[in-house]
Amino acid sequence: MIPAAFDYAAPATVEEALALLAEHGDDAKIIAGGQSLLPVLRLRLNAPEFVIDLGKIDRLRGVREDGDALVIGAMTTHSAVANDPLVAQHAALISKAVATVADAQVRNRGTFGGALAHADPAGDVGAPALALGAEFVIAGQGGATRTVDAADFFVDLFETAIGEDELLTEIRVPKHTGWGAHYEKFVRIAQQWSIVAVAAAVKAEGGTISEARVALTNMGSTPLRATAVEQALQGKPATEDAIREAVGAVADGTNPPTDLNGDADYRKHLAQVLTRRAVLTAAGG
Amino acid sequence: MTVTDDRPAAEIGKDRRRKEDRRLITGSSRYTDNIVLPGMLHLAMVRSPFAHAKITAIDTSEAKQASNVVAVYTAADLDESAGVLINAWPITPDQKAPVHAPLPADRVSFAGEIVAVVVARSAAAARDAAEMVDVDYDELPAALDLKDAVADKVLAHPDLGTNKSALWIFDSKEAGTGGDVEEAISAARSDGVVIEREFRQNRLIPAFMEPRSVVVDPTGEQLTMWSATQVPHIVRFALAATTGVPESKIRVIAPDVGGGFGGKLQVTPEEWLAWWIARQLHKPVKFTETRSESMMAAHHGRDQWQKLTLAATKEGKVTGLKVELTADLGSYVAIVGGGVPVLGAFMYNAIYKIPAYHFACQTVLTNKTWTDAYRGAGRPEATFAIERLMSDLADELGMDPFELREKNWIKHEEFPFTTVAGLEYDSGNYEAATASAKEFFGYDELRAEQARRRDSRDPVQLGIGISTFTEMCGLAPSRVLGSLDYGAGGWEHASVRMLATGKVEVVTGTSAHGQGHETAFSQIIADRLGVPFEDVEVLHGDTQVSVKGLDTYGSRSLVVGGEALVRAADKVVEKAKPVAAHLLEASVDDIEFSAGRFGVKGTDAGLSIQEVAGAVFSAHNLPDGMEPSIDAEATFDPINFNYPHGTHLCAVEVDTETGQIKMRKYTCVDDVGNIINPLIVEGQVHGGLAQGIAQALFEDAVFDERGTLVSGSFVDYLVPSAADLISFDAHHASTPATTNTLGTKGVGEAGTIASTPAVVNAVLDAVRQFGVKDIVMPCSPARVYAAIAAGRAVDTGSASEGADQ
Repeated sequence: MIPAAFDYAAPATVEEALALLAEHGDDAKIIAGGQSLLPVLRLRLNAPEFVIDLGKIDRLRGVREDGDALVIGAMTTHSAVANDPLVAQHAALISKAVATVADAQVRNRGTFGGALAHADPAGDVGAPALALGAEFVIAGQGGATRTVDAADFFVDLFETAIGEDELLTEIRVPKHTGWGAHYEKFVRIAQQWSIVAVAAAVKAEGGTISEARVALTNMGSTPLRATAVEQALQGKPATEDAIREAVGAVADGTNPPTDLNGDADYRKHLAQVLTRRAVLTAAGG
Repeated sequence: MTVTDDRPAAEIGKDRRRKEDRRLITGSSRYTDNIVLPGMLHLAMVRSPFAHAKITAIDTSEAKQASNVVAVYTAADLDESAGVLINAWPITPDQKAPVHAPLPADRVSFAGEIVAVVVARSAAAARDAAEMVDVDYDELPAALDLKDAVADKVLAHPDLGTNKSALWIFDSKEAGTGGDVEEAISAARSDGVVIEREFRQNRLIPAFMEPRSVVVDPTGEQLTMWSATQVPHIVRFALAATTGVPESKIRVIAPDVGGGFGGKLQVTPEEWLAWWIARQLHKPVKFTETRSESMMAAHHGRDQWQKLTLAATKEGKVTGLKVELTADLGSYVAIVGGGVPVLGAFMYNAIYKIPAYHFACQTVLTNKTWTDAYRGAGRPEATFAIERLMSDLADELGMDPFELREKNWIKHEEFPFTTVAGLEYDSGNYEAATASAKEFFGYDELRAEQARRRDSRDPVQLGIGISTFTEMCGLAPSRVLGSLDYGAGGWEHASVRMLATGKVEVVTGTSAHGQGHETAFSQIIADRLGVPFEDVEVLHGDTQVSVKGLDTYGSRSLVVGGEALVRAADKVVEKAKPVAAHLLEASVDDIEFSAGRFGVKGTDAGLSIQEVAGAVFSAHNLPDGMEPSIDAEATFDPINFNYPHGTHLCAVEVDTETGQIKMRKYTCVDDVGNIINPLIVEGQVHGGLAQGIAQALFEDAVFDERGTLVSGSFVDYLVPSAADLISFDAHHASTPATTNTLGTKGVGEAGTIASTPAVVNAVLDAVRQFGVKDIVMPCSPARVYAAIAAGRAVDTGSASEGADQ
């Protein structure tokens, strides 16, 4: 488990990191918490010539409020996000989902932004970010900054809207203060990648669902927003039967993988059951 | 035999924390990979990506040019002194086994087989250069599916002409231990019940924590090998037997070893290559495998098909059992690979009085990773089969599964009992362990809850599984091993050395790799010699210190090695007695030994054994003609195996909407005889349960259609952690073994052997109501859900497929 040799730099600023990216182009890889990249290097599935470590860029870490949004620095670790009181208050769905990532060691090293940029469809950070309509702040060359909607951020398997010479710096999450939230994750052993998981945030008043946000993990090559289900839930009573009916078509149009944990049809079935449970729990049922 | 003195057992039975744990958990341990020698070179292996292929060319020129590379070797470079990997247990005289060279000459026969070795000045340089070795392969059709392989559809080793390695048969009528099973089956077909099943024993990867590692130092008069092995003595013997180096010139050291579970009971190509290369280059070398290499190339366990026929009367009395086994050896016959399923032959009858029994095992070569011992080795498979069958029979007859078992098991007053497989069980009390387990488990309450959930059609159904297991362990009586064509004996050796300062050095031929021998053996010696626990040092795992021994596997260390220790300690006392008498100016007949003190009957005069040891060291005043030593050694060959047993009860909640299984309660009452250290025993039981449960629910070594190991990392090979298991409710009953002085029974494998059927029986108990008869292990949520769905479909007549999954 020895990676091929590579050069390494740990710049102190985003600008320096971007300059290194521009210089090394295709030959460079960015390392955040390293929880996905290091196994790839050690198994020699990839052998970049240059590794740029973002760990020394302090301004990429932390959670702050900015008006109606919560701003999570890309290099904030999973455990920092999971334990952050602002996130718990305004984006409880993210707290709950991130708390299920792998195991404590991985959560202590792995970063929220790193996992989003890695875009593993079985990862647990994409679906809650998508469900809550997060915006992704991306820094480019020459001081350029652009913001990408969650709907446009996830492009394909391990592929996002981040360009080759760009960096993800912040994730802006619209506040969902007072919403109920639940992340229903289905695994066989605790530290496994999600077989299927469902992220649900529900605003319920007087036993009626007024708004719902639902997204699916590992039901396709990217996290999937279940917009039709969200609409079907709107105005429905927060009861098991009503929710069961509203989420019945959640797997329609999905294209989940087949592997040792189950085939695509089983995953589609799971998505239905788990969505019902996630929404019911989020609605306080 | 029983303990003859009446002094209090101060150390035996005490919850001592393990003395080895301080170094093991604070990083001050010495594993093989920690060893660094001057001038040491590093090896990296080039492994075949194909399960079966002809090697047409190997180009090592680029790798040889790489910086810091010293040499690159292929099979063409090897000579006779490289040796071969031995099979020590040819189960039949006509067993077919391919020659297993450390590097195959021109054909690879499993994915992961080594084809070239790079030697470099650093491990990184070796790894880099290994990528530069260019091997051309012509892929050949591979024998992968076990049932296809036994039909010789594709040959794993074309030269052998068949994949069938050996057919081993035991028949109770022939052996004179019972009746004719065919008669029993045909009688039951006309007036009784016949249960026919075919069970799959999933292939498992031992997944020990420390990957295998080897260091060889060829300098000096004796060549030294450090290896992360369970069997340093066996490795030494095999090196001598196959590489031409005299045994007396070979020192093998197993330093701290991080787990084995049978997976390090092997002689490996990696060891043999390190040995040969160090001798070629006259330099120390090291090889430590990666986890990926460990998973694809270290031997696997289980992998069998079991065809079973159980005959019984309508009243539930078992009349016969027929076992037809197909066992996957993988690509080579490993050191005891063929023998593992044969060990199971003696255990299918388990705790039951079965009048007629027939066992046939066909071992089969395939193009998969070789298989060999894994915790339980043959006995878990047998126990699974019979405990599943007994529960299925109870279901068929509409009887309570306990009532059925009790009707058939050996009653406690019937011991010693000779079984239909020809073993004599010395002791046991199945009634007591079962009654106690039911009580701790809350059996009646859980059955009531199960009924409630069934009535209310709760999406979460409860299932209760039973396993009343026994096993044979403490390998083994040498004569029995001889009669089974095993290549070695089963004795064990120990010596006790009394040091001048009063400390005691104990040397054992067993080789701990996580078991806690240093603690448990210290407790035995502290008790036996009446010296402080802290004054005992246990030495093991180095053939120059532990000069004789047969190592650690098969739950043998305490029941065989511990008995050797007791006998050596007793000899020390006997040798010290005349010295004490001489110093106390008393007659030997008046000397009594108790709690570490030699006293003179009827007086207060006395000397501690440690004082006697000091006097022997100085030798100033010894009886005339006496040699100045009270050290002693003993070699113990057991007259019988050792038979722990227990009742295991498992309750699971099955989510019928997803197939997810949640363990609710696990209670076991194990009879492991007298216990030396309850804390260590509990650890063994808990770890054993975890591994047995893992076979039932999680672990599966899966190969794709080209023979690549798909579950080749812990992403896909699911080893449960504490987060996935519940707090076990583990208890003990005790009927002391009669075949060793301390009355102990083996515990290392008990939990693994017992738990797998308890869990699967529980899962089936929850879902039988939907028409499910079997779920292939591991019982993944997808399989459980599919079984329920298929069963329901049959129930409602909407599908014609069977319920079996």
